[in-house]
Amino acid sequence: MIAEIGHYALVLALGLAVIQAVVPVIGARLNDPTLMAVAEPVAIAQFGFVALSFAALTASYVSSDFSVANVVINSHSTMPLIYKFTSVWGNHEGSMLLWVLILTLFGALVALFSANLPAMLRADALGIQALIALAFHLFILVTSNPFARLQEPPFEGRDLNPVLQDFGLAVHPPFLYLGYVGFSVTFSFAVAALIEGRIDAAWARWVRPWALAAWMALTLGIAMGSYWAYYELGWGGWWFWDPVENASLMPWLAGTALLHSAVVMEKRNALKVWTILLAILAFSLSLIGTFLVRSGVLTSVHAFATDPTRGVFILGILVFFIGGALSLYAWRAPALKQGGLFAPISREGALVFNNLFLTTVCATIFVGTLYPLALEAITAEKISVGAPFFNATVGVLAIPLLFAVPFGPLLAWKRGDLLGAAQRLIAAFGISLVVIVAAFAFFGAKGVLAPAAIGLAVFIMIGALTDIAERTQVINQPSNAFRRAAGLPRGAWGTAVAHLGVGIALLGIVCESNFGSEHIASVKPSQTVALAGYDLTFEGAVPRQGPNYRELVAKFTIRRDGQIVGVMEPTKRSFAARAASTTEAALMARGVSQLYLSLGEPGTDGSIVVRAYYKPLVLLIWLGAIVMFAGGALSLSDRRLRVGAPKPSRSSILQSAK
Amino acid sequence: MTRKQRRLILIGSCLAVLGVAVALILGALKDSIVFFNSPTDVVEKHIKPGTRIRLGGLVQTGSFARQDLDARFDVTDGKTSIKVSYRGILPDLFREGQGVVTEGALDANGSFVADTVLAKHDETYMPKEVADALKKQGHWKDDYGKTPGSEGRKP
Repeated sequence: MIAEIGHYALVLALGLAVIQAVVPVIGARLNDPTLMAVAEPVAIAQFGFVALSFAALTASYVSSDFSVANVVINSHSTMPLIYKFTSVWGNHEGSMLLWVLILTLFGALVALFSANLPAMLRADALGIQALIALAFHLFILVTSNPFARLQEPPFEGRDLNPVLQDFGLAVHPPFLYLGYVGFSVTFSFAVAALIEGRIDAAWARWVRPWALAAWMALTLGIAMGSYWAYYELGWGGWWFWDPVENASLMPWLAGTALLHSAVVMEKRNALKVWTILLAILAFSLSLIGTFLVRSGVLTSVHAFATDPTRGVFILGILVFFIGGALSLYAWRAPALKQGGLFAPISREGALVFNNLFLTTVCATIFVGTLYPLALEAITAEKISVGAPFFNATVGVLAIPLLFAVPFGPLLAWKRGDLLGAAQRLIAAFGISLVVIVAAFAFFGAKGVLAPAAIGLAVFIMIGALTDIAERTQVINQPSNAFRRAAGLPRGAWGTAVAHLGVGIALLGIVCESNFGSEHIASVKPSQTVALAGYDLTFEGAVPRQGPNYRELVAKFTIRRDGQIVGVMEPTKRSFAARAASTTEAALMARGVSQLYLSLGEPGTDGSIVVRAYYKPLVLLIWLGAIVMFAGGALSLSDRRLRVGAPKPSRSSILQSAK
Repeated sequence: MTRKQRRLILIGSCLAVLGVAVALILGALKDSIVFFNSPTDVVEKHIKPGTRIRLGGLVQTGSFARQDLDARFDVTDGKTSIKVSYRGILPDLFREGQGVVTEGALDANGSFVADTVLAKHDETYMPKEVADALKKQGHWKDDYGKTPGSEGRKP
């Protein structure tokens, strides 16, 4: 009964999506406030029904209802409760349901927080949002119904893919989807603005918080996916330039560009046509990402055999929305008025530079990801484009972009002074030069590239702090610095913190990939492996019983200079239900560096193959992402970006009066 | 500076960056793409030793042997089989009789030295290239990858 309620709720949500996609848009054309006002309650109700549907699927999973086919294929009665929850989206059907849940959540949020927007823009945007939801409701109901029942329910489920039985599944997909789908809001508003043929700085002020929220979620989602791959796959890598990873990186790059260009539009009323295009592209790339992952067209560590009708259906959705939006853009964009002149050297110029490089990097990744597909379709030749391609292209294009990061915030609007900005960055230059020389002296054998990259990371970090130090005058007048710091707009803090995060992540990436060490050995009990100044002694391996698996636990004692610093226990798990095994790496943090152990096959004589890594500063990669997220959060809390800005709305006055 | 000059500078720098990007992409595509081959392709195309390729097929039943870190196995498409050697840890789902994709180069003796053996994340899934290569040789069985368990995927 519960599954049928879920199915029926989804059908009702589809009906509501039809109403929301048609009635408010007609209302906007007729300028009828009653018809336009239909959007708000319907958007909220639509979310309510999808949430009910999602809850029904969750209930089927938690109660291990093996009459539902989806539960049989992806669950097992002995699985720990958290995985019974997370396996709801650990499969195609359920994860698409999570997609529409988040899509309709954003629709409802837009409806709730847009009361003081122009009625027409609001009605059109909510209509477009519902049109997207409509397409995906149909997709689920027609090709991927998660509520299908079985005639004869089996006694036991087939278990979730062991690789997915991890806490990572609880956080990575929801955040990634919040990011992907969050860009649907900017897309809907871009299309609505094109329909109206009118766009101004207020539009940017209104859309930027949504873009920022989506970007923050996507940043965390990508970082979590990367950390998950790092510890779960046992290969010690954190980024593989896998098509599915690229699929998430492309909207992130477009979204980052959008955040920056929207600033120009908000402050200077310039780059309007470009910002609209980026808003369309960010969501288009999210849709392409969904297509790549869900259709299984690409060879990838994520890709699995799949039903071709689904691929064709998503391709249809893709062509309709991307093609439709871009045609509308080509038709209406020339009519949008351009404004705000600026010199090439200025804050606007720096942000154009940022956008130029971000979109070029994005396009390069797009080519590298889709070229194998295109080639196979045309010549039937199968190729793989891997890390060497992306390192040789993206690596080079990223250098000027990263080098320019500290300059942007120091340039004035309209007409900037590059020499002046360089002078203000003299301390940052000096410190990074010292760091380069020190790094070269220390690791000279590795060449100059790695020390130079470390210097670049330090330059970005110190540069980000320079802006804050100058604006608070912490060096000239330290007594008043605290008051000034408190008075700085949160947006300025957000910029500095996010840029600091970029530098931190870069430092981690450079150190991990250049100065890490790796050792593979076959060890017998009481044998010792030496790695990067640590001694790893294998104490022996013992079997252990888990809730739905058996595992072989290898115990290693870690010593440094004869002193025990800890014990590491990498394991190998076998899951009976799927006759599959996984490797659980053991990690030990030493500051922000890590020791990493993963197991291979055990031998017949008590020996075991072990792969040991020392990863210097590796945690900075993900810490940097968290700092970027924090920067986004600071910026989001800026008063200017709140609903009703620039004038504080009545509700916020009431709130502050409490 | 006039509006026209500003626009020229903007367009000029866009074209310059795009030009650099195109040059980088073309250069990298020439050097760093890797072609996929079945064992039969390797023989028929007379692939030279030292050329980096991907070799995919089924791990020949009964061919797997391991000594400490060194693994040896044969990759077959039912018509031709090639000896592969690999030093390191094999993926969890590596089995005899199952699909595998390896990356590396042929040595002078015509056996394949792999530095990467690709894992799959699901016990019933067959890598797409391997499936196509097997179909070509007429050794495809419809039950490969068709079992319902293949629905599990990493979102």
